[in-house]
Amino acid sequence: MFDHKSTSPAKAGAQSGDVATGPRLSPGKWLAAIVSGGCLIVVLAAATTDARRVDDAAILADGYPPTLSAFRFFTDIKARTPATHVTAYALNTPLFSDYAEKQRYMYVPAGKTARYDASAVLDFPVGSALIKTFGYGAGAAFRPIETRLLLRRASGWVAIPYVWNADLSDAVLKRSGTRVPVSFTDPSGQARTISYAVPNQNQCKDCHALSGAITPIGPTARNLNDGARLQALVAAKLLDRAPAGAPRLARWDDAAAPVEARARAYLEVNCAHCHNARGAASNSGLWLDWQQADAVARGIGKRPVAAGRGSGGRDFDIDLGHPERSILTYRMESTEPGVAMPELGRATVHAEGVALLNGWIAGMQSTRK
Amino acid sequence: MKHLLAIFAVIASPAAARTITVTPGGDAQEKLQGALIEAQPGDVVEIAAGRYALTDGLSLDVNRVTVRGAGPGKTILDFKGQLAAGEGLLVTSDDVVLRGFAVEDSKGDGIKSKGADRIVYKDVRVEWTGGPKETNGAYGVYPVESRDVLIDGAVVKGASDAGIYVGQSENIIVRNSAVSGNVAGIEIENSRHADVIHNLAEHNTGGILVFDLPNLPKMGGGDVRIVQNKVTNNDQPNFAPKGNIVASVRMGTGVLVMANDGVEVTENLLEGNATSNVMIVAYRNAFKDAKYNPLPRRIAVHTNKQGRAGFAPQLPGAAQLLAAFGDQLPPVLWDGTGEGIAVADGAVLNMNVALGAAMETAKPAPADLSKVARGPSRAAVVLPTAMEAAAR
Repeated sequence: MFDHKSTSPAKAGAQSGDVATGPRLSPGKWLAAIVSGGCLIVVLAAATTDARRVDDAAILADGYPPTLSAFRFFTDIKARTPATHVTAYALNTPLFSDYAEKQRYMYVPAGKTARYDASAVLDFPVGSALIKTFGYGAGAAFRPIETRLLLRRASGWVAIPYVWNADLSDAVLKRSGTRVPVSFTDPSGQARTISYAVPNQNQCKDCHALSGAITPIGPTARNLNDGARLQALVAAKLLDRAPAGAPRLARWDDAAAPVEARARAYLEVNCAHCHNARGAASNSGLWLDWQQADAVARGIGKRPVAAGRGSGGRDFDIDLGHPERSILTYRMESTEPGVAMPELGRATVHAEGVALLNGWIAGMQSTRK
Repeated sequence: MKHLLAIFAVIASPAAARTITVTPGGDAQEKLQGALIEAQPGDVVEIAAGRYALTDGLSLDVNRVTVRGAGPGKTILDFKGQLAAGEGLLVTSDDVVLRGFAVEDSKGDGIKSKGADRIVYKDVRVEWTGGPKETNGAYGVYPVESRDVLIDGAVVKGASDAGIYVGQSENIIVRNSAVSGNVAGIEIENSRHADVIHNLAEHNTGGILVFDLPNLPKMGGGDVRIVQNKVTNNDQPNFAPKGNIVASVRMGTGVLVMANDGVEVTENLLEGNATSNVMIVAYRNAFKDAKYNPLPRRIAVHTNKQGRAGFAPQLPGAAQLLAAFGDQLPPVLWDGTGEGIAVADGAVLNMNVALGAAMETAKPAPADLSKVARGPSRAAVVLPTAMEAAAR
């Protein structure tokens, strides 16, 4: 079974207390594991030796360490065992990245917390890091390809890609990006071989920029909020508060949720980081954020501006009731550069995502005969 | 817009500008992208003569960098094997100079610059080498959402939308450039304060287009001068994919002004355009946008050399029209909408199609617009001196 959610690192974390080499835990040690929505959050807060701690200086200093291990986000880099304060998290609706599995961690320096924000991404303090490892294979079979870092420095966020060695002993800095041939089996059981693209640093920013400044995308209150995750982050002292009325984004693959909510969540996560007034696709006038109220800005009856052959010979981004006449799904169904959307990070068609959007558009009330 | 960077630039003392040289061979993708990432403000990335086979789009996000090749025929960035990205080269930083290289066969746009103020494109070539094809990229040279844009000596061939396309920008000069075999040669869209001067637009579907479109962050395009261009023999059958606005451009259009405010077309050579030398029309699609004006306003056409035109018009009822006018339509076509349409140098055919009506309802008749008052010509667009210096 292929699992879309990030593989829980909890096992490795919980089993890393080998007496001879493990961290010398203080009497004040505590371990909290909260199972929520299929995600296990593990918090190891302990007074450990320096070598077991994240290297705060590496996060804060200018420049880019040549290896991932230099940051000490993982106590055992090969097992990818998270260090103190390095906390796994999951999202309601993740970005589709060629069916890759993702292991997500957030690091907030000791004594600091991220600030809750109802609409923007959580406000992480200087010294924080978001660590996202991409790979294939579920559970123990997971093999990492790359780890992308977002580091909150005094001057703002920086984004850097690291690519894992063949023996998985470490990951090395790859500012120019690279391509890795990858074979995997997709959820429908089909074997696939693709040229997996590790983004270069500018491409990181292409998606992660608002008005030219780098920002995280995933950890918003709405996308973390599954009813328990925000509260768990507060309990772990990573987040300052979790209001009862926090917004909540649907899970795109939650069959029990309304199709509208799932489709809007899918567009929010896969498209809206560029398709908003301050993003890389600002000039398109197509805004795909989950609560966008302007029908034309959402694509309904909107003609393309600079789509080129991405129009697929269709007239409107969304033609109510007609996915087969909608540019939006045409571009999701393509892997051809110049046509395919998103422009980066996708070499395969997300069949399940396309089916969701097609169903949503088909169910819209058509005003045309 | 890099406010943060600007603040820190003051704090950081500038290092001496360096030249980073990239030569052919090895992993072109990694070498070139690496140079563009590692460049510091003030640096020159020099790309030696040769052909560079690329697998992904390149991008530059550092201010004050010059990317310089050995010439548009010598340094060739070849995107035939491109696997991803929406363009060949993307620039997202300010004060960038691009000069003396070619981008060939990119899968999407050729060179795009977005939010890149004071950009200079000098002697660059963007070409789809298989000739005009629907599968070619949309735009060749594509600055958008930018202030102060200079395109000088560019050559673009084969774009399935527009060869040179300036969108949602302000303070623009496009000059000394040659566009052929594109659907639209040069297009100024949703932009203000543009001079299109001394270009050659030949064998496109339409030569030079000035558009304003609805439902975009920046609208109210206008204040455009089209001066001293040669817009001739635009006889390329339209090969734009349906759904795009330029798919409606009729083969044989010289200059097309649609829904703009304050456009002057003067001192051009307009000839050999089978439908029309100059078309002045409203945006005719249905739209929902209270802020948008679909009509042409204050359009002045004068002192051009109006050569042969309208001899094979791609219009409904062309045969009857030709019979009525004697094998050649007046060189200027107007749909009859808007205000302040002044045409002093050629006969006008007023199609008389009300806004919202189909072309088929046209009641064509000659019109005399030579007595319509036109305002004074505005002064030439002036760009920062550093930009002009960089383009010498």
